[in-house]
Amino acid sequence: MTFSRLLRFLSGTVLLATFWTWLSTGAHFGWTQNQIRVTELDEITGIEAVRFVPGFVAGVDFLAVAGTATALLFGVAWWLGRRAAPHA
Amino acid sequence: MKTSLLLASLLASSAALLSAAPQSFDFKDPKGVNSAQFRLDAPLEAISGSGNGIAGTVLFDAAHPSALSGTITLQTASLNVPNSMMREHLHSADWLDAAQYPEITFTTRAVNDVTANGATTQAQVTGDLTVKGVTKSITVPVTLTALPGKLADRTGGQMQGDLLVLRTAFTINRSDFNIMPGQVTDKVAEEISLTLALAGAAVK
Repeated sequence: MTFSRLLRFLSGTVLLATFWTWLSTGAHFGWTQNQIRVTELDEITGIEAVRFVPGFVAGVDFLAVAGTATALLFGVAWWLGRRAAPHA
Repeated sequence: MKTSLLLASLLASSAALLSAAPQSFDFKDPKGVNSAQFRLDAPLEAISGSGNGIAGTVLFDAAHPSALSGTITLQTASLNVPNSMMREHLHSADWLDAAQYPEITFTTRAVNDVTANGATTQAQVTGDLTVKGVTKSITVPVTLTALPGKLADRTGGQMQGDLLVLRTAFTINRSDFNIMPGQVTDKVAEEISLTLALAGAAVK
Protein backbone atom coordinates (compact mmCIF):
# COMPACT_ATOMS: atom_id res chain seq x y z
CA MET A 1 0.00 0.00 0.00
CA THR A 2 1.42 3.38 -1.00
CA PHE A 3 1.64 6.22 1.50
CA SER A 4 -1.06 8.24 -0.31
CA ARG A 5 -3.47 5.26 -0.24
CA LEU A 6 -2.74 4.82 3.47
CA LEU A 7 -3.57 8.49 4.07
CA ARG A 8 -6.81 8.18 2.08
CA PHE A 9 -7.77 5.13 4.13
CA LEU A 10 -6.91 7.02 7.32
CA SER A 11 -9.01 10.04 6.31
CA GLY A 12 -11.99 7.80 5.57
CA THR A 13 -11.56 6.05 8.92
CA VAL A 14 -11.38 9.38 10.79
CA LEU A 15 -14.54 10.59 9.01
CA LEU A 16 -16.49 7.42 9.83
CA ALA A 17 -15.26 7.30 13.43
CA THR A 18 -16.16 10.95 13.94
CA PHE A 19 -19.64 10.56 12.54
CA TRP A 20 -20.21 7.37 14.53
CA THR A 21 -19.04 9.10 17.77
CA TRP A 22 -21.31 12.07 17.10
CA LEU A 23 -24.32 9.82 16.42
CA SER A 24 -23.66 7.48 19.35
CA THR A 25 -23.38 10.36 21.85
CA GLY A 26 -26.76 11.76 20.87
CA ALA A 27 -26.22 13.68 17.59
CA HIS A 28 -25.95 16.89 19.61
CA PHE A 29 -26.25 20.07 17.52
CA GLY A 30 -24.71 22.28 20.24
CA TRP A 31 -21.18 22.56 21.61
CA THR A 32 -19.20 19.53 22.75
CA GLN A 33 -19.80 18.71 26.40
CA ASN A 34 -17.33 17.03 28.73
CA GLN A 35 -19.64 17.18 31.72
CA ILE A 36 -23.18 15.88 31.73
CA ARG A 37 -25.97 17.62 33.61
CA VAL A 38 -27.84 15.14 35.81
CA THR A 39 -31.03 15.95 37.69
CA GLU A 40 -32.52 14.16 40.65
CA LEU A 41 -35.85 14.93 42.32
CA ASP A 42 -35.84 15.45 46.07
CA GLU A 43 -39.20 13.99 46.97
CA ILE A 44 -39.66 15.89 50.23
CA THR A 45 -38.94 19.39 48.98
CA GLY A 46 -39.93 18.80 45.34
CA ILE A 47 -36.65 20.41 44.26
CA GLU A 48 -34.86 19.00 41.24
CA ALA A 49 -31.22 18.77 42.30
CA VAL A 50 -28.74 19.49 39.52
CA ARG A 51 -25.18 18.17 39.37
CA PHE A 52 -22.56 17.64 36.71
CA VAL A 53 -20.83 14.31 36.19
CA PRO A 54 -17.90 13.55 33.85
CA GLY A 55 -19.06 12.44 30.43
CA PHE A 56 -18.72 13.18 26.74
CA VAL A 57 -21.21 14.44 24.18
CA ALA A 58 -19.78 15.28 20.78
CA GLY A 59 -21.02 18.57 19.39
CA VAL A 60 -20.79 20.36 16.07
CA ASP A 61 -17.34 21.74 16.97
CA PHE A 62 -16.14 18.12 17.29
CA LEU A 63 -17.55 17.44 13.81
CA ALA A 64 -15.87 20.56 12.44
CA VAL A 65 -12.42 19.74 13.87
CA ALA A 66 -12.57 16.12 12.72
CA GLY A 67 -13.95 17.18 9.34
CA THR A 68 -11.03 19.57 8.88
CA ALA A 69 -8.55 16.85 9.84
CA THR A 70 -10.20 14.48 7.33
CA ALA A 71 -10.05 17.08 4.56
CA LEU A 72 -6.36 17.79 5.30
CA LEU A 73 -5.46 14.09 5.26
CA PHE A 74 -7.37 13.55 2.04
CA GLY A 75 -5.78 16.64 0.47
CA VAL A 76 -2.26 15.48 1.32
CA ALA A 77 -3.08 11.99 -0.01
CA TRP A 78 -4.42 13.44 -3.25
CA TRP A 79 -1.34 15.69 -3.65
CA LEU A 80 1.06 12.78 -3.02
CA GLY A 81 -0.90 10.63 -5.47
CA ARG A 82 -0.62 13.26 -8.20
CA ARG A 83 3.11 13.69 -7.60
CA ALA A 84 3.70 9.94 -7.83
CA ALA A 85 1.57 9.49 -10.96
CA PRO A 86 3.60 9.32 -14.25
CA HIS A 87 3.19 12.37 -16.46
CA ALA A 88 1.23 11.79 -19.63
CA MET B 1 -56.62 26.83 91.92
CA LYS B 2 -56.45 30.43 90.72
CA THR B 3 -52.64 30.28 90.71
CA SER B 4 -52.68 27.08 88.63
CA LEU B 5 -55.05 28.64 86.10
CA LEU B 6 -52.90 31.76 85.89
CA LEU B 7 -49.76 29.69 85.42
CA ALA B 8 -51.42 27.58 82.72
CA SER B 9 -52.60 30.65 80.82
CA LEU B 10 -49.14 32.21 81.12
CA LEU B 11 -47.53 29.05 79.75
CA ALA B 12 -50.07 28.88 76.92
CA SER B 13 -49.47 32.49 75.92
CA SER B 14 -45.70 31.98 76.07
CA ALA B 15 -45.99 28.95 73.80
CA ALA B 16 -48.15 30.93 71.38
CA LEU B 17 -45.61 33.74 71.36
CA LEU B 18 -42.76 31.31 70.79
CA SER B 19 -44.54 29.57 67.94
CA ALA B 20 -45.31 32.96 66.35
CA ALA B 21 -41.68 34.04 66.49
CA PRO B 22 -39.84 33.98 63.17
CA GLN B 23 -37.78 30.89 62.53
CA SER B 24 -34.26 31.03 61.22
CA PHE B 25 -33.82 28.76 58.20
CA ASP B 26 -30.31 27.73 57.21
CA PHE B 27 -29.97 27.33 53.43
CA LYS B 28 -26.70 25.44 53.45
CA ASP B 29 -28.46 22.23 52.50
CA PRO B 30 -26.47 19.14 53.51
CA LYS B 31 -28.17 17.11 50.78
CA GLY B 32 -26.92 19.52 48.13
CA VAL B 33 -30.25 19.98 46.33
CA ASN B 34 -30.06 23.76 46.42
CA SER B 35 -29.05 25.29 43.14
CA ALA B 36 -29.21 28.46 41.14
CA GLN B 37 -29.69 27.81 37.44
CA PHE B 38 -28.86 30.33 34.78
CA ARG B 39 -29.39 30.64 31.04
CA LEU B 40 -28.13 33.04 28.41
CA ASP B 41 -29.25 32.80 24.82
CA ALA B 42 -26.51 32.27 22.24
CA PRO B 43 -26.63 31.62 18.47
CA LEU B 44 -25.73 27.92 18.33
CA GLU B 45 -26.97 26.81 21.72
CA ALA B 46 -28.16 28.59 24.87
CA ILE B 47 -25.51 28.70 27.58
CA SER B 48 -27.07 27.14 30.62
CA GLY B 49 -25.61 25.91 33.85
CA SER B 50 -26.03 25.92 37.57
CA GLY B 51 -24.30 26.57 40.86
CA ASN B 52 -24.89 24.67 44.06
CA GLY B 53 -22.63 26.56 46.47
CA ILE B 54 -25.62 28.04 48.27
CA ALA B 55 -25.59 29.30 51.86
CA GLY B 56 -27.41 31.89 53.91
CA THR B 57 -30.08 32.41 56.49
CA VAL B 58 -33.68 33.50 56.11
CA LEU B 59 -35.99 34.55 58.94
CA PHE B 60 -39.55 33.54 58.18
CA ASP B 61 -42.73 33.56 60.20
CA ALA B 62 -45.71 31.93 58.51
CA ALA B 63 -48.01 34.13 60.62
CA HIS B 64 -46.25 37.30 59.45
CA PRO B 65 -44.76 36.50 56.03
CA SER B 66 -44.13 40.16 55.23
CA ALA B 67 -41.47 40.14 57.96
CA LEU B 68 -39.35 37.86 55.78
CA SER B 69 -35.67 38.81 55.84
CA GLY B 70 -32.31 37.31 55.18
CA THR B 71 -29.36 36.82 52.87
CA ILE B 72 -28.65 34.10 50.33
CA THR B 73 -25.14 33.66 48.95
CA LEU B 74 -23.85 31.66 46.02
CA GLN B 75 -20.19 30.71 45.64
CA THR B 76 -19.22 32.03 42.21
CA ALA B 77 -16.76 29.19 41.69
CA SER B 78 -19.56 26.66 42.07
CA LEU B 79 -21.17 27.82 38.82
CA ASN B 80 -20.78 25.11 36.25
CA VAL B 81 -21.62 24.50 32.59
CA PRO B 82 -21.37 21.30 30.51
CA ASN B 83 -18.17 22.42 28.75
CA SER B 84 -15.04 22.90 30.89
CA MET B 85 -13.55 25.52 28.54
CA MET B 86 -16.73 27.58 28.84
CA ARG B 87 -16.56 27.09 32.61
CA GLU B 88 -13.05 28.58 32.66
CA HIS B 89 -14.26 31.55 30.62
CA LEU B 90 -17.23 32.00 32.96
CA HIS B 91 -14.94 32.16 36.01
CA SER B 92 -12.33 34.34 34.31
CA ALA B 93 -11.75 38.04 35.03
CA ASP B 94 -13.62 39.01 31.85
CA TRP B 95 -16.86 37.37 32.95
CA LEU B 96 -17.57 36.73 36.65
CA ASP B 97 -14.03 37.02 38.03
CA ALA B 98 -14.58 34.28 40.58
CA ALA B 99 -11.15 34.81 42.13
CA GLN B 100 -11.79 38.46 43.04
CA TYR B 101 -15.55 38.20 43.61
CA PRO B 102 -16.05 34.79 45.21
CA GLU B 103 -19.69 35.37 46.21
CA ILE B 104 -22.94 36.45 44.62
CA THR B 105 -25.34 37.68 47.30
CA PHE B 106 -28.95 38.73 47.67
CA THR B 107 -30.09 40.55 50.81
CA THR B 108 -33.76 41.31 51.38
CA ARG B 109 -34.83 44.91 51.99
CA ALA B 110 -38.64 44.89 51.63
CA VAL B 111 -41.47 42.43 51.09
CA ASN B 112 -44.64 43.46 49.27
CA ASP B 113 -47.78 42.02 47.66
CA VAL B 114 -47.88 39.10 50.06
CA THR B 115 -50.52 36.44 49.42
CA ALA B 116 -50.77 33.34 51.55
CA ASN B 117 -52.58 30.17 50.55
CA GLY B 118 -52.20 27.37 53.06
CA ALA B 119 -48.56 26.48 53.40
CA THR B 120 -47.60 28.56 50.38
CA THR B 121 -46.78 32.26 50.46
CA GLN B 122 -46.13 34.40 47.43
CA ALA B 123 -44.53 37.81 47.59
CA GLN B 124 -42.57 40.41 45.71
CA VAL B 125 -39.24 40.65 47.49
CA THR B 126 -37.04 43.68 46.98
CA GLY B 127 -33.40 43.33 47.85
CA ASP B 128 -29.81 44.08 46.99
CA LEU B 129 -28.24 41.74 44.47
CA THR B 130 -24.45 41.86 44.36
CA VAL B 131 -22.69 40.30 41.39
CA LYS B 132 -19.02 40.95 40.52
CA GLY B 133 -18.85 43.64 43.17
CA VAL B 134 -21.78 45.62 41.74
CA THR B 135 -24.87 45.99 43.93
CA LYS B 136 -28.28 46.73 42.42
CA SER B 137 -31.71 46.83 43.99
CA ILE B 138 -34.06 44.39 42.28
CA THR B 139 -37.55 43.06 42.96
CA VAL B 140 -38.18 39.38 42.41
CA PRO B 141 -41.27 37.16 42.73
CA VAL B 142 -40.76 34.61 45.49
CA THR B 143 -42.80 31.56 46.42
CA LEU B 144 -42.24 30.14 49.89
CA THR B 145 -43.55 26.76 50.96
CA ALA B 146 -43.45 25.87 54.63
CA LEU B 147 -42.98 22.18 55.38
CA PRO B 148 -43.44 21.86 59.17
CA GLY B 149 -41.75 18.86 60.76
CA LYS B 150 -40.30 17.61 57.46
CA LEU B 151 -36.64 17.95 58.46
CA ALA B 152 -36.83 14.60 60.24
CA ASP B 153 -37.92 12.92 56.99
CA ARG B 154 -34.88 14.30 55.18
CA THR B 155 -32.40 13.37 57.87
CA GLY B 156 -33.74 9.93 58.67
CA GLY B 157 -34.99 11.17 62.02
CA GLN B 158 -31.57 12.47 63.11
CA MET B 159 -32.78 16.08 63.30
CA GLN B 160 -36.17 17.48 64.16
CA GLY B 161 -37.40 20.69 62.63
CA ASP B 162 -39.08 22.47 59.76
CA LEU B 163 -38.21 23.05 56.14
CA LEU B 164 -38.81 26.10 54.02
CA VAL B 165 -38.71 25.85 50.22
CA LEU B 166 -37.96 29.08 48.40
CA ARG B 167 -38.44 29.42 44.65
CA THR B 168 -37.86 32.37 42.39
CA ALA B 169 -37.22 33.11 38.72
CA PHE B 170 -36.12 36.45 37.34
CA THR B 171 -33.96 38.10 34.72
CA ILE B 172 -31.01 40.47 35.03
CA ASN B 173 -28.90 42.29 32.47
CA ARG B 174 -25.23 41.32 32.54
CA SER B 175 -24.08 44.85 31.68
CA ASP B 176 -25.78 46.12 34.87
CA PHE B 177 -23.31 44.01 36.84
CA ASN B 178 -20.20 44.82 34.81
CA ILE B 179 -20.17 41.43 33.07
CA MET B 180 -18.65 42.20 29.67
CA PRO B 181 -20.88 45.30 29.33
CA GLY B 182 -21.87 45.93 25.72
CA GLN B 183 -19.47 43.28 24.46
CA VAL B 184 -20.04 40.10 22.43
CA THR B 185 -23.78 40.75 22.42
CA ASP B 186 -23.94 38.99 19.04
CA LYS B 187 -22.57 35.82 20.66
CA VAL B 188 -24.03 35.91 24.17
CA ALA B 189 -27.33 37.54 25.09
CA GLU B 190 -27.48 40.53 27.37
CA GLU B 191 -30.17 38.99 29.57
CA ILE B 192 -29.42 36.29 32.11
CA SER B 193 -32.39 34.20 33.23
CA LEU B 194 -32.02 32.93 36.78
CA THR B 195 -34.06 30.24 38.50
CA LEU B 196 -33.54 29.32 42.13
CA ALA B 197 -35.07 26.46 44.07
CA LEU B 198 -33.75 26.30 47.61
CA ALA B 199 -34.54 24.37 50.75
CA GLY B 200 -33.73 25.77 54.18
CA ALA B 201 -33.88 23.98 57.50
CA ALA B 202 -34.81 25.23 60.96
CA VAL B 203 -33.64 22.75 63.57
CA LYS B 204 -35.75 22.46 66.71
